Formats: sequence, C-alpha cells, structure tokens
Amino acid sequence: MVLGVKQADANPVFRALADPTRRAIFEELTRQGEQTVHALTRFAGVSQPAVSKHLTVLKRAKLVRHRREGRETHYRAQPDALAPMADWLNHYGAFWRERFDQLENLLKRMDK
Amino acid sequence: MTNTATATTRSLVIEREMPHPQEKIWRALTEGKLIEEWLMKNDFQPVVGHRFTFRSTPVPGWNGIIDSEVLVVEPTSRLTYGWASMGMESVVTWTLTPTVGGTHVRMEHSGFPSEDSASYKGAKYGWQKFIGNLEHVVERLGRL
Repeated sequence: MVLGVKQADANPVFRALADPTRRAIFEELTRQGEQTVHALTRFAGVSQPAVSKHLTVLKRAKLVRHRREGRETHYRAQPDALAPMADWLNHYGAFWRERFDQLENLLKRMDK
Repeated sequence: MTNTATATTRSLVIEREMPHPQEKIWRALTEGKLIEEWLMKNDFQPVVGHRFTFRSTPVPGWNGIIDSEVLVVEPTSRLTYGWASMGMESVVTWTLTPTVGGTHVRMEHSGFPSEDSASYKGAKYGWQKFIGNLEHVVERLGRL
C-alpha cells in the first residue's frame, strides 16, 4: 500500500506553503535569489513582523535558509525541501492509476 | 482510449476517456457499494457536508483510514471530497464530461492543508498560479 509513505515528511512543506503570502515569498526567493527581509517586506506588502513570522514558518519547513550580514538578514530558497512533496505525489500517482484500472473493470462488469 | 497523468509539485491529475455513459460512471463514483469495488470500503453519501471514512487494511506506517467530507456534489459532472490521512489533508475532485464515444474522466488530487475553499478562491496568489510558476522556477534554480 502506497499511502503511508513519506506523508509525515511532506506535511510541514504543504502546511508552510498553504498560506498565499508564504507561497508568494517562497516563489519570490526562488525567482530572485537571495533577498533581505527589507526587500521581501516591500515585495509582500505586509508588515515586517508579519514577513519575519512567515519566514520562520518557511525556515522550519526547511524551505528557506538565512544568513546575517551586518544589520540585515538575507534569505534564500531551498528548493530541495520540495522533494517530500514530490514523493507524496509519486506515491499517489501509482495509487490512483491502479484505482482507475479497477474503476474501468467495475464499469465493464456493470454492463452485464 | 487516452490515459494521461501529470504531477505538478502539489497537484496530481489523472485523466482518462472511458467508453461508458456519464450517468453510469457517476453511479460508480457515488454509490457506496460500487465505490468499495474499485476504491475502498466507505460510508460515503452524495450529500454536501457528509463526513465519512475510507477504510483499507492497516499496514506499518499507515492506519488504513482516510477521513473525508463531501465538499461538492453536482450530479452527474462534479464531485469533490476531502482526503485526510496521517495528518495530511488534501482534496480529491472528479470531473465528468461527455464525449462522442463516452465520458472524459478527470481526477485531481491536491494538497492544500488549512486553506478552506473560500479563501482558496479568494486568494490573490492561488495554488494554481503557484504551481504553474513553480515548474519554471525550479527549472531556473537548476541553473543558478
């Protein structure tokens, strides 16, 4: 059975990306490369504490990394963290294809 | 018969053309006894808001239970239910479209935990757009 595998790993990633602002921030980082909190605040159009909170959630899901330089904190995306999400989809892909076959078998039987 | 499956970063879509009438496929998707024959044991009812479970044999790492709630019922073209298992929440949507020789069956399984459908629709920055962009984004990252 394919369903149990890796779901626990994928969950923090799904959760972190469930919020539209966090998705936007993450994508901005993947698009633009490293960004300061200031730049991300300008981009997101919400307060800096709000951006910092979002970045903390992304950091916990290992979707971003940060480094400090002087008074600025710089963030960058860690796209490898999306891997559990991709695994989850692969497992479900196999599961549903098999179920589609079974559905078609059932539909044939229903004719009789 | 066509059979395509595409997986994006978050959403899994499987589409097949089936040589059967739409009404018949709708029955297979919405009658508990028929669902059990191809998917899993269940106490499904085609009523929006109905909470039910899919049950399968437990295996190590998975208790075999999927908690679900009916979200959309549009006979005989669209059916959506939640799909929660092991703390992972996701949504399954079936769309049936009549074709010349039968019915086009589309299943989309997508994970957007803790985001209800209203805010999903209202969100300026929706999942669909994110996923659409992300493929290009990840491609670009490989080159950075």
